[in-house]
Amino acid sequence: MKPILECYGLSKSYGNGRWALSNLNLSLERGQIVGLLGPNGSGKTTLIKLINDLLVPTEGSVQIDGILPGVETKKIVSYLPERTYLTPSWKVRDLIMYFEDFYDNFRRDRAEEMLEALGIGLHARLRTLSKGTREKVQLVMVMSRDAELYILDEPIGGVDPAARDYILNTILTNYNENATILLSTHLISDIENILDRVIFLQNGQVVLNASVDEVRMEQKKSVDMLFREVFRC
Amino acid sequence: MTWVLDNNMPIYLQLMGRIQRDIISGRYGPGDKLPSVRELAVEAAVNPNTMQKAMSELERSGLVYSQRTSGRFITEDEELLKELKKEQAARYLEEFIESMHNLGLKNDEIRILFEDAMKGEKEE
Repeated sequence: MKPILECYGLSKSYGNGRWALSNLNLSLERGQIVGLLGPNGSGKTTLIKLINDLLVPTEGSVQIDGILPGVETKKIVSYLPERTYLTPSWKVRDLIMYFEDFYDNFRRDRAEEMLEALGIGLHARLRTLSKGTREKVQLVMVMSRDAELYILDEPIGGVDPAARDYILNTILTNYNENATILLSTHLISDIENILDRVIFLQNGQVVLNASVDEVRMEQKKSVDMLFREVFRC
Repeated sequence: MTWVLDNNMPIYLQLMGRIQRDIISGRYGPGDKLPSVRELAVEAAVNPNTMQKAMSELERSGLVYSQRTSGRFITEDEELLKELKKEQAARYLEEFIESMHNLGLKNDEIRILFEDAMKGEKEE
């Protein structure tokens, strides 16, 4: 089986003389949860957008399951963007129907079960929900797909610590053992224990790609502490 | 609910330690079935692969064994469990004595303090 994600010499410039990503090489195996970490402006969101076909590489290429980003890869990639794209006038139920229409691998029963556990009614209008609840709804939608690669851009940024626990729990209970989750965040200590592996990005390049326990074994410190050292301002 | 894990040790080692303690303390008895890796991972809020690794290591140490279809069980070897309890107690004692030495206390002083504390414990 091919790695679920491969980047070869991936570079992206927005035309301002700066490289958001520069000659990035990366390969992700199946069946792991990977943290994509890096300071602001290190290229995390650029990489995520390239994987999701929202940007085109300046040089190099991205392959998902051996194919270039496009319609076929969107079937197997479930993406949670950093910002919400939900239509505020919709009801939660409309959103479910929308996802069901779009994706063959959307599991409606799973979505409804999670929404019920969170106490979110299907008839609630998205505009009436708090920011944190909207984020939860969106994550529920994304995790209710049987995807092969989940890409979560800052999934726990805007929610309180209790909701954060619930979201991590949702990720742990819903992900399939052969799927890979790539998630970006600044809240490293909150998610460190659920990660297999961490990737540190700096100035558009990978500066570390190691398992969490390798980091702890070799550096005798947590990923959070290592991050603070590597990226000290 | 979540397990308390510290920062600078590999997570799988801490999971092993925690499960080992649960076994020694009798939360799981000899021959008991352990929850699935997935359930334990969710309970501990850790990655399932990390929990899997902790389980494999516990299997290697003989403390748990797996039966192909029915899951993982605690060893019925009570000698091994006793042995582990002794080892764990020895580690705690070592840590205790080291902390006392770090406070600048001599062995005789430690003994007196320890005995006083044990008396206090009984009276309570």
